[in-house]
Amino acid sequence: MTQAFRIPGAGRVDHAKPVRFTFDGKTVEGREGDTVASALLANGIHLLGRSFKYHRPRGIVSAGSEEPNALVGTSRGPGRSEPNTRATMQEVWDGLTVESQNRWPGLDFDVGAINDRFGRFLPAGFYYKTFMWPRSFWDKVYEPFIRRAAGLGRSPTEPDPDHYASRHLHCDVLVVGSGPAGLAAALSAGRSGAQTVLVDEHAEMGGTLLSEPGVRIDGQGAWGWLDAALAELRGLPNVRLMTRTTAIGYYHQNMVGLCQKLTDHMAAPPEGAPRERLWRVRAGQVVLAQGAIEKPLVFDGNDRPGVMLAGAARTFLHRFGVKVGHRAVVVTSHDSAWHAAFDLARAGVAVAAVVDVRPEVSRVLTGQAEALGIEVLTGHTVTGTTGRLRVASVRVNPVRGGRVGAGRTIACDALLMCGGWTPSLHLFSHTKGSLAWDAGAGAFLPDRKTEECEIAGAGRGLWGIAAALDDGAKAGAAAAKAMGRVAGVGTFAVEADRTGDGVVVKELPTDRNAGLAKAFIDFQNDVTAKDIRLAVREGMRSIEHVKRYTTNGMATDQGKLSNINGLMIAADALGKEAPQVGLTTFRPPYTPTTFGALAGYHKGSHFEVTRRTPIDAWAEAQGAVFEPVALWRRAWYFPQFGEDMHAAVARECRAVRTQVGMFDASTLGKIEVVGPDAAAFLERMYTNPWARLQPGRCRYGLLLGEDGFIRDDGVIGRLADDKFHVTTTTGGAARVLNMMEDYLQTEWPDLDVWLTSTTEQWAVVALQGPNARTVLEPLVEGLDLSDAAFPHMAVAECTVAGFPARLFRVSFTGELGFEVNVPARHGLALWEAIWAAGQPHGITAYGTETMHILRAEKGFILVGQDTDGTVTPGDAGLDWAIGKQKKDFVGKRSLQRPDIVAKGRKQLVGLLTEDPKVVLEEGAQIVADPNQPLPMTMIGHVTSSYWSEAMGRSIAMALIEGGRDRMGEVLHIPMPGRTLRATVAAANFVDPDGLRLKV
Amino acid sequence: MLLIHCPYCDETLPEPEFTYAGEAHVARPADPMALSDEEWRDFLFVRSNPRGTHYERWRHINGCGRFFNAIRDTVTDKFAMTYRAGEPRPNLDALKEAAE
Repeated sequence: MTQAFRIPGAGRVDHAKPVRFTFDGKTVEGREGDTVASALLANGIHLLGRSFKYHRPRGIVSAGSEEPNALVGTSRGPGRSEPNTRATMQEVWDGLTVESQNRWPGLDFDVGAINDRFGRFLPAGFYYKTFMWPRSFWDKVYEPFIRRAAGLGRSPTEPDPDHYASRHLHCDVLVVGSGPAGLAAALSAGRSGAQTVLVDEHAEMGGTLLSEPGVRIDGQGAWGWLDAALAELRGLPNVRLMTRTTAIGYYHQNMVGLCQKLTDHMAAPPEGAPRERLWRVRAGQVVLAQGAIEKPLVFDGNDRPGVMLAGAARTFLHRFGVKVGHRAVVVTSHDSAWHAAFDLARAGVAVAAVVDVRPEVSRVLTGQAEALGIEVLTGHTVTGTTGRLRVASVRVNPVRGGRVGAGRTIACDALLMCGGWTPSLHLFSHTKGSLAWDAGAGAFLPDRKTEECEIAGAGRGLWGIAAALDDGAKAGAAAAKAMGRVAGVGTFAVEADRTGDGVVVKELPTDRNAGLAKAFIDFQNDVTAKDIRLAVREGMRSIEHVKRYTTNGMATDQGKLSNINGLMIAADALGKEAPQVGLTTFRPPYTPTTFGALAGYHKGSHFEVTRRTPIDAWAEAQGAVFEPVALWRRAWYFPQFGEDMHAAVARECRAVRTQVGMFDASTLGKIEVVGPDAAAFLERMYTNPWARLQPGRCRYGLLLGEDGFIRDDGVIGRLADDKFHVTTTTGGAARVLNMMEDYLQTEWPDLDVWLTSTTEQWAVVALQGPNARTVLEPLVEGLDLSDAAFPHMAVAECTVAGFPARLFRVSFTGELGFEVNVPARHGLALWEAIWAAGQPHGITAYGTETMHILRAEKGFILVGQDTDGTVTPGDAGLDWAIGKQKKDFVGKRSLQRPDIVAKGRKQLVGLLTEDPKVVLEEGAQIVADPNQPLPMTMIGHVTSSYWSEAMGRSIAMALIEGGRDRMGEVLHIPMPGRTLRATVAAANFVDPDGLRLKV
Repeated sequence: MLLIHCPYCDETLPEPEFTYAGEAHVARPADPMALSDEEWRDFLFVRSNPRGTHYERWRHINGCGRFFNAIRDTVTDKFAMTYRAGEPRPNLDALKEAAE
């Protein structure tokens, strides 16, 4: 394809370096330095995609990151595809694949465009009004329809093979935006010696200067001055320049997030290079020099390919050497578009007319237009355009005294519009800085600041290169001074600066039926002027409601082009002034940001830590299947000889009940509580009595919140008068320690107690089963293990397998049991010693699943599974664990609250299914009468449910209203397709009298 | 990400080192059993939840481990000051006047 619209030698692209990429499968040639948008325009391609709702043909509107229309899919090789890339920001390289979006079967002919014909039946709020009832239609009919009909690009389905980096950066002055204001600010700050960072989202620094080569600064052309300024900044060791870097968010205390694109512009990225890098910058001062964004004008047919912003046309001309058409018409309410017309005319574009809505325009402008042979149409409006896939003509009408006169048609292949400029204050808005309407500037300008920042240049309504340079220099110097530097304010001699002003308008007047006009405000979400007016007619008063009802400004561009136009029209419809209606809030990120950049290194196995016990490697070598518990990975079960989970768990359960099993309990939370007041402290924290517990004995401890609900539990052993070994649940360790510290530091600072987390200091091996003592006894030195000398709930310090140990005689299975604690570094050796010693006695390693079943067979609760933060000790059947003589403990007062003592609370009971082979689903709801009408009254739910090998049937635990008064009652569990029956029973299924512990 | 001054370490450090711990100056009653149901309810559940100046607790959990108090504006998220647990509730207006 030839580049018929390229001006040889013009612009900043490298004409000696052609670049070939594909667009919808066709090869397109551009130049190094092109964006996808400029390369396509150089080849006369304006049609880039179909719109979101009406599938209308759409082209390129802008030349920057504010682009609402020209969104394309880009592909950089297998797995490396990205939807909704802005064609105006993506640089071209050899081999880049670009596809248009949201069209079927093709871009030129799209079936979805039927929506456009029926557009009057798809007004604002259409989805709210139509897809309301019946509820069941949502999943099957409405949602699939909406998803198919709407939408932009397709998400990639493969995992992202790229990696993303992240860094922190601290600096004195961060300057966002490298146009004249930002450059001048960076020069002031940089020359003062302040640590300065200058960032810009484009591939090149310079901003507006890149589109204004005719301006002369300090006796040089704009581009020569730019080169010199950048060279000076690069030469300063305290200045860092970052291109392709977007300031995505401005957060508290001057933290700014930067997303730096590193490789998307490269044909051959260096091996291993990250695709993007997220910078978290903490700046002493921030200078926002983001400039201003040009506003479109709102008229019928303002969305056809070939209709674009006048400033964008000027950028394509000067920066890329591309003419956006052969015959252009300009329509404007601002002086700046006149200069665009002049530049295009001088470059050889036939500019048929400049249409200005203002009746009076400076004679300087009209004179210059006439000299260039451009027809001047002041006091005119645009009332329509023609052209199916590209604008072919524009209809213009005179406006006199508020009356729209007869129209005439002017042929064109490009229509350039300008509705004035909106200061780009998105980042300022992130800081909750307030904006105030400035009638003179016709824009919202920064008002009250909340952070240490300066706003410079067009961002605060200043216009022209000279004003921006001066303002930027002042802002940079002020920022440097605030950081304790001595900073001068540079001055600049600017010639051929093109200043000007304009007026703010709502939709342009028309002689046609405005109700039939397709005058777009939000191009990306297909919101028209009449949608806004409809929303107001239907009762929306707040701009926030108008926004949500019409979806104006809610697309991926966050309304960068549409917000002010939407506001002006809403204000007009409401009969109010713009400042009274107010503005919606911009939120981070400034432009769409990849999940990869935000995730950085935190993906895959680096997403969060995996905690492993000292015995983990042994379990892995044995082929254990693991499950995550809190951040730990724990052996779930140990399949052997090709067993499935059921068979393995049944074997493990049998072994513990008949011989002996061993279990890695190292993940149990452990807190060492020491000090003269240790017993008094535990008295206050736990429900149980501790004062008279003898050293060498343990007790089950129950911890409540102040609200009386169960928080945690565990066995606590007293090693000495002033020393307790507290165990907690695996998941609750950190929470319990935090709670203890809270009370100790802030409620009872008078207590002399020290708390230390020892979870990772001890490896714990549980040995459970009738043969447990037989296996352990030969390994123990310094302790008589007989039942008389070391009974159930005893604790002692001794030596096990040659290692110093804390030995507990405890049971979470109902069998004779011991838990051996040794310093973590000896954990694996201890495990292997016990494993070897147990071989003649049928020792079997078991995992967490078997542990859960064995404890359920005894009715022992798992906090967080059988309790849910609304269960009291009474509900759980744990009243016996409350010290009746104690005057106070955490949560005691709440046990007398009216709701807690009320009848009919849910109580934890056992449940036996009628069919012993059926294992209930955990979480299943329980009803008393299965024949009651829907919706049924649910009286509880299943909390734990397993196949019990010992019972030869299923068992379950459940929280049921008044459960303990329902013993023997048959209840019902409705499940899909069938209703199960089960009988309420005591939650203690195996050895209810606990005889197996007394051996 | 906020920067928070720990009054024990006397250093201003990033937010991930800290955890929030609810409203400050809500002391556990000396004898909870002597309280009426309403009084106990208020202690358990009723908080000031202001729009503006909030006296609240933080813990330097990934640092010295100490609980301390802070005055933060819930609208702007700005800290007026932090102070040690157990110190009396500062009078913010008096502090502002003294600063001026």
